[in-house]
Amino acid sequence: MHPAPSVIAFTTLSGLGFGLLFFLGLGMPAARGLVAFVFYAIAFGLAVGGLLASTFHLGHPERAWKAFSQWRSSWLSREGCCAVAALLTMAVHAVGVIFFDHRLRLVGGAGAMLSLGTVFTTSMIYAQLKTVPRWNMFPLTPALFLSLSLAGGALLAGQDGKASGFLVLAGVTLLAYWYQGDFAFDDSETTLATATGLGARGQVRAFEPPHTGSNYLLREMVHEVGRKHSKRLRWIGFSLAIVVPLLCLLIPVEGLALKHALAGVAVLSHIAGVACTRWLFFAEAEHVVGLYYGKR
Amino acid sequence: MTDLPSATQRQMGLVIDLDTCVGCQACVISCKGWNTENYGAPLSDQDAYGADPAGTFLNRVHSYEVQPDHGPAQLIHFPKSCLHCEDAPCVTVCPTGASYKRVEDGIVLVNESDCIGCGLCAWSCPYGARELDLAAGVMKKCTLCVDRIYNENLPEEDRIPSCVRTCPSGARHFGDLGDPTSEVSGLVADRGGMDLMPEMGTKPVNKYLPPRPKDGLAAQGHGDIDLLAPLLSPVATDATGFLGWLDRALDKLPGGDH
Amino acid sequence: MTFQQPEVDTSPPVSDEIRKTTCYMCACRCGINVHMKDGKVAYIEGNRDHPVNKGVLCAKGSAGIMQHNAPSRLRAPLKRVGPRGSGEFEEISWEDALDIAQGWLQPLRKDHPEKLAFFTGRDQSQSFTSFWAQNFGTCNYAAHGGFCSVNMATAGIYTMGGAFWEFGQPDWDHTKLFLLFGVAEDHDSNPIKMGLGKIKARGTRVIGINPIRTGYNAVADDWVGITPGTDGLFILSLVHVLMKAGKIDLDYLSRYTNAPVLVNQDKTSPDYGLFLRDDHGAPLVINRKTGKLAPFDMYGVRPDLNGTLAMGEITHVSVFRLMADQYLDDGYAPEAVAERCGIPAPRIRAIAAEIARVAFDESFELDREWTDFRGETHKTMRGRPVSMHAMRGVSAHANGFQTCRALHVLQILLGTVEVPGGFRFKPPYPKPATAHPPPHCRVTPGKPLDGPHLGFVQGPEHLALLNDGSPARIDKAFTWENPMSSHGLMHMVISNAHAGDPYRIDTLFLYMANMAWNSSMNTRGVMDMLTDTDDNGDYVIPRIIYSDAYSSEMVAYADLILPDTTYLERHDCISLLDRPICEADGAADAIRWPVVEPDRDVRGFQSVLVELANRMALPGFTHADGSPKWQDYADYIVNHERKPGIGPLAGFRGDGSAAGRGAPNPAQLDRYIENGGFFLKHIPEEASYYKPWNRAYQDWAVDLGLFDTPQPYLFQLYVEPMRKFQLAAEGHGDRQPPDHLRQQIKDRMHPLPVWYETAPHGDTKFTVHALTQRPMAMYHSWGSQNAWLRQLHGHNPLYVPTKLMRETGLQDGDWARVTSPHGAITVPVLEMAALNENTVWTWNAIGKRKGAWALSPDAPEATRGFLLNHLIHELLPPKGDGLRWANSDPITGQAAWFDLKVRIEKTSPPKDRPQSAPDLPEMKSPVPPPSQDLAWKVGS
Ligand SMILES: Nc1nc2c(c(=O)[nH]1)N[C@H]1C(S)=C(S)[C@@H](COP(=O)(O)OP(=O)(O)OC[C@H]3O[C@@H](n4cnc5c(=O)[nH]c(N)nc54)[C@H](O)[C@@H]3O)O[C@H]1N2
Ligand SMILES: Nc1nc2c(c(=O)[nH]1)N[C@H]1C(S)=C(S)[C@@H](COP(=O)(O)OP(=O)(O)OC[C@H]3O[C@@H](n4cnc5c(=O)[nH]c(N)nc54)[C@H](O)[C@@H]3O)O[C@H]1N2
Ligand code: SF4
Ligand code: SF4
Ligand code: SF4
Ligand code: SF4
Ligand code: SF4
Ligand SMILES: [Mo]
Repeated sequence: MHPAPSVIAFTTLSGLGFGLLFFLGLGMPAARGLVAFVFYAIAFGLAVGGLLASTFHLGHPERAWKAFSQWRSSWLSREGCCAVAALLTMAVHAVGVIFFDHRLRLVGGAGAMLSLGTVFTTSMIYAQLKTVPRWNMFPLTPALFLSLSLAGGALLAGQDGKASGFLVLAGVTLLAYWYQGDFAFDDSETTLATATGLGARGQVRAFEPPHTGSNYLLREMVHEVGRKHSKRLRWIGFSLAIVVPLLCLLIPVEGLALKHALAGVAVLSHIAGVACTRWLFFAEAEHVVGLYYGKR
Repeated sequence: MTDLPSATQRQMGLVIDLDTCVGCQACVISCKGWNTENYGAPLSDQDAYGADPAGTFLNRVHSYEVQPDHGPAQLIHFPKSCLHCEDAPCVTVCPTGASYKRVEDGIVLVNESDCIGCGLCAWSCPYGARELDLAAGVMKKCTLCVDRIYNENLPEEDRIPSCVRTCPSGARHFGDLGDPTSEVSGLVADRGGMDLMPEMGTKPVNKYLPPRPKDGLAAQGHGDIDLLAPLLSPVATDATGFLGWLDRALDKLPGGDH
Repeated sequence: MTFQQPEVDTSPPVSDEIRKTTCYMCACRCGINVHMKDGKVAYIEGNRDHPVNKGVLCAKGSAGIMQHNAPSRLRAPLKRVGPRGSGEFEEISWEDALDIAQGWLQPLRKDHPEKLAFFTGRDQSQSFTSFWAQNFGTCNYAAHGGFCSVNMATAGIYTMGGAFWEFGQPDWDHTKLFLLFGVAEDHDSNPIKMGLGKIKARGTRVIGINPIRTGYNAVADDWVGITPGTDGLFILSLVHVLMKAGKIDLDYLSRYTNAPVLVNQDKTSPDYGLFLRDDHGAPLVINRKTGKLAPFDMYGVRPDLNGTLAMGEITHVSVFRLMADQYLDDGYAPEAVAERCGIPAPRIRAIAAEIARVAFDESFELDREWTDFRGETHKTMRGRPVSMHAMRGVSAHANGFQTCRALHVLQILLGTVEVPGGFRFKPPYPKPATAHPPPHCRVTPGKPLDGPHLGFVQGPEHLALLNDGSPARIDKAFTWENPMSSHGLMHMVISNAHAGDPYRIDTLFLYMANMAWNSSMNTRGVMDMLTDTDDNGDYVIPRIIYSDAYSSEMVAYADLILPDTTYLERHDCISLLDRPICEADGAADAIRWPVVEPDRDVRGFQSVLVELANRMALPGFTHADGSPKWQDYADYIVNHERKPGIGPLAGFRGDGSAAGRGAPNPAQLDRYIENGGFFLKHIPEEASYYKPWNRAYQDWAVDLGLFDTPQPYLFQLYVEPMRKFQLAAEGHGDRQPPDHLRQQIKDRMHPLPVWYETAPHGDTKFTVHALTQRPMAMYHSWGSQNAWLRQLHGHNPLYVPTKLMRETGLQDGDWARVTSPHGAITVPVLEMAALNENTVWTWNAIGKRKGAWALSPDAPEATRGFLLNHLIHELLPPKGDGLRWANSDPITGQAAWFDLKVRIEKTSPPKDRPQSAPDLPEMKSPVPPPSQDLAWKVGS
């Protein structure tokens, strides 16, 4: 597809935000007062900022509230509901720890689950789409979103040990996702032959496009990344999102300042790396409609 | 509503004959004209006279080349609009309920006043049948001309989709595919009507009639027995013989004198 | 839970009003329903009652609304202020514009009417524009037919009194085999598609003979990817095989064709090759009943196909015997032609066999009694359900006339013209060449021309030559170079006028033809000719007046622009006197009327011509006292009479009930509007087939005013007038061709169809055929200003066959340099498999000049789009004899667009951004830049 910056920002930031909220909900770190305020501000900032970013690509953002209505079937609607529920629940939890020095365990636990749930619903928006075989991988796509969210959340939450673990998990998932994803289109068995129903007659090839002008589909869904380009970006993304943060965490260093500096590097590198892999997530996604336009 | 109806009373749809479609694009423009002026927001165009013209269309005609194992390549024109799927993923993904499938006829529609223009329904459609209108910010798709087919302001014979009415070669047929006795169901049965991307599980209502086998006459000369050869056995081997035959043949004509 | 869904209004109001008129987005002239909202055009659909389209409408027709609203519409008369070609104009008033035009034209009329060359494009008011030109007195008038498809029209009319084109149609209801030669779209756009749909629904086999397999040829059951220019050979090979097998309709040939007519065989006689005739001029046959000579049309005669007659020294033999001699020759055997045609011999035989099978084994009879011109009554009408259609693919070659003739000969041998299941004429056809006037060219200053400009020559005596033997016309129509050029040679006008060959002109007056672009061969050269100056710095073509409705490329090259309305804003007349819209089952004509008023200072061109005629007091237009007969075109349409009782429109004459003949009816236009914009009169059943020989049809046609007396005739397998030109070339007669043309006339003007190679460039370096096709959704250059249509075809790649792609190392999206003996262009390429492996092609007229049509200068039409015309020249490369040899058919002068051969090689893509070459400088737009965002909706 053509990766829209708003969507990359949304999934990257809100993933991190809800990841952080997850840990905050579980009381990690067990911050209180001002420190808690800072953590929550960051978490809400990321999560809400991400959600807001996602409305940028809407044709009618002013009607966004209507999107809560269809939770029974729509993952996008579920995501909206879940996100609001998570934010509200975590807000209650936040008020407790910031202002009353009191942690509502159950509320926090529920908030944590809802936060993860939000990330999961986000992932399902993509994973449900049969039309994009590279996304339509269960459980790999949700696993990828969740593990990255947890890794990022742990990093932000300063949970070094957990962060290392989740980073490793996310790294493995990412590699698996890429590996599997490269076969996904072929595995889906959707081809120009099935798309046109003409396969039994011979080799089908797209001839003239239906229009020389552009359209929504071509702009949005039919976008090709060069193989070389994507390989390089995979290296960069993987290094920034996984390897650099892991090194930062694992290098034994003396001194709090250095440690904090390294943690900062880890977080920034991770965010940059996730954004990069997200760009790839979208850019490499091939929609089956491309077949009709001879793009594959 | 985002839920799909458990069943629809009828399954109105199109049957498109790939054997007959000449790729003239009449249906494309007729659809553009009708839907610009009628249902919902007009189908807009951007950079209309500029370097990168683009616009919203609800129906597009592709073309494909097919190279069979033997014989020359074939070219097939391929119109495509919404197939009004029975299991329409575009409906269930819609977060607002703007996308829905009608109970009475199975038509899949977008209620433009509810649509937030998130684009997800277009993403979920394997066929590229939905286009977000840039000017209106809402999703547009084929309505099966729901504002024509029951329209009492139109003469009865015109209560068919605009694209069907205009198709010069008669390659587009409209009717109830849920009714096995309908004309369209008959065509599907006779001509082996097919689904596009059946593996997507969308169960399209619209069907495509495959092109008939081609280039059969070429084979006639190649096989062991040439079925048509006796038709061409010479009446004589030389011109004189030919004129002799001519005389005999003329005599046999009614009114010939022998 | 119950399923809930939003309410939809399924019965919204559709429009305030429907106005029925005639489409003009192409020459097919379908009926349209224009839906109006708030007085504006809202939506256009086909008119179900209309004989042409019966409700359907093509893409262009539906897009008419965007054409009508195009920002490229001219707004007022324009006077050139910059140099020619710059596009710099000032808007002036109509009064000034008409004064200027009158000031230029009136002196010419007084002294040298021929110094006005008035040529019109594809409009359908030729009976009116020619009437104007005739009354002005110039001999230099024609429409565009000469570069379009005159081969098709002329070959058809000389052979069988009617042609394909839009003058006839297959019997879609009965045909069981349809062969389509060289057609991408044609003028009968919607009817052909409707017909194809109809026969395909029955499972009727369609055979497409075309180097390119798109559109109609893509739906054809069998595709014959013939080598361009070789159809004649292929067809004559079918003739060979069918004749040899006796699969020809002897009864039909003997009754309805000149196959039995006796031909003089004495090589020394001045009548060698001419028909034996009686004292009344009737061709003679041998009556098989008596063995004696008889006129062909005698009651009870049984003309003998095998007739011979020795009269003293002189032998006469039947045309049919000459045909047997010629076509049974092994030179026409499939094996002999297969390689040149690119069709395997077994395939040719298979096609011949299928034709034979359907024509004879599937023949049938309709229970309709009819009486022929000899007075014999037939109980039934026999059907031979093989039909054919052809267009520019066969006609736009320099051997096109003979190829079209060959095709008609094939049809006639099968007995499948004007019979059920075969090919049928549309009124006013059938009409033999002899029923058309010959051309007229006698100019008298201040007086009208001595007769209609265009017509059908019957021999050298009809050529348009001056007393010194030089061409009378600027386009050299009806000269020894191309004696049977019935439509004139519009493509030679600018070139000849520039060269002063045969003479110089003063004013070039063009209407609706984009001659500085897609309409011309050698586009670049034409631009130079239009801007070239003499030693005094004056333009070589001193004055150019042009009428266009839009900001086309040609506008920039005129000195005075008379802006026309759009087709929804004016009166027009689609007349039986012209190119009508009839069906095989009925005569029809139609009008356009202003369904909306112009919102700019523009006027219908025909009305402007009426006004100019009135100002100059042209005889046909004014009464003896100089007062005008008509105020405007609508007035002319209603009140002009060609002959007493016969006017431009056949319907609702007299008191409104008369058809064909009748006094002018002041309410006629209203009656047309009430009737949906057209008039239709059905042909009675007993007159529906065998029309050239059918008494009932002939009487019906006389009733309707198509003829004054019945005009039965024989199909001309052997075209005697052609033989007369050959005789002249052989030295007979007093009008003699120049020596350099003798051999050409002897070789080419064979009275029985022949095939000859057209290797105009004779250069072995150029081996690849290069063609254009019309896109169904675009009309020449008009379509690009249409916001909807240009999204479909905004640029045109060169399609290259797979094999050639490999050989030249090309891949999709690469750029190639394409060279002809005449020039080179650089263009983007795409691969195509379903294509003759030695042919490249592109869509016609998509490429645009920067600055034209109100498009941005960086529009894809001007950057990636291109014209193949840059590679085609109106002249053949010089032969070293100092003569200008036209790239045209030597018989009719038809422009040989499709004889082009090129070389193709990969080239590096243009730097920075796509740009095809040549990249001509941008012209200044005479209209303001448009707004780019459209969301067109009228009414609330
Ligand atoms: N390479 C190549 N070149 C070809 C051909 C080909 O096959 N290949 N085909 C040839 C043939 S057959 C033809 S007929 C010509 C056609 O070529 P043209 O006759 O030049 O065709 P158009 O481009 O339609 O241009 C006609 C002009 O009429 C103007 N016009 C449109 N509507 C109106 C109106 O209502 N009033 C007036 N006054 N003007 C109007 C248009 O703006 C345009 O400038 O092209 C020829 N050129
Ligand atoms: N949509 C649309 N309709 C039009 C027009 C338009 O511009 N657009 N123009 C109108 C005009 S002015 C005209 S004259 C008619 C022309 O109507 P067509 O005759 O259909 O015109 P072309 O598009 O030139 O198509 C010529 C066809 O002949 C094929 N061909 C070329 N050389 C050969 C050959 O040697 N043998 C055979 N068998 N085939 C060959 C080409 O591949 C092409 O398919 O169309 C009219 N109708
Ligand atoms: S074709 Fe696409 S838009 Fe139409 S119902 Fe099926 S999935 Fe939905
Ligand atoms: S774009 Fe509109 S119709 Fe489509 S899913 Fe979003 S809200 Fe629903
Ligand atoms: S049914 Fe109506 S909306 Fe759908 S493609 Fe046809 S014209 Fe367009
Ligand atoms: S209008 Fe008919 S023939 Fe033309 S492209 Fe559409 S379906 Fe095909
Ligand atoms: S074929 Fe199309 S453009 Fe031509 S007259 Fe008919 S509707 Fe109009
Ligand atoms: Mo033409």
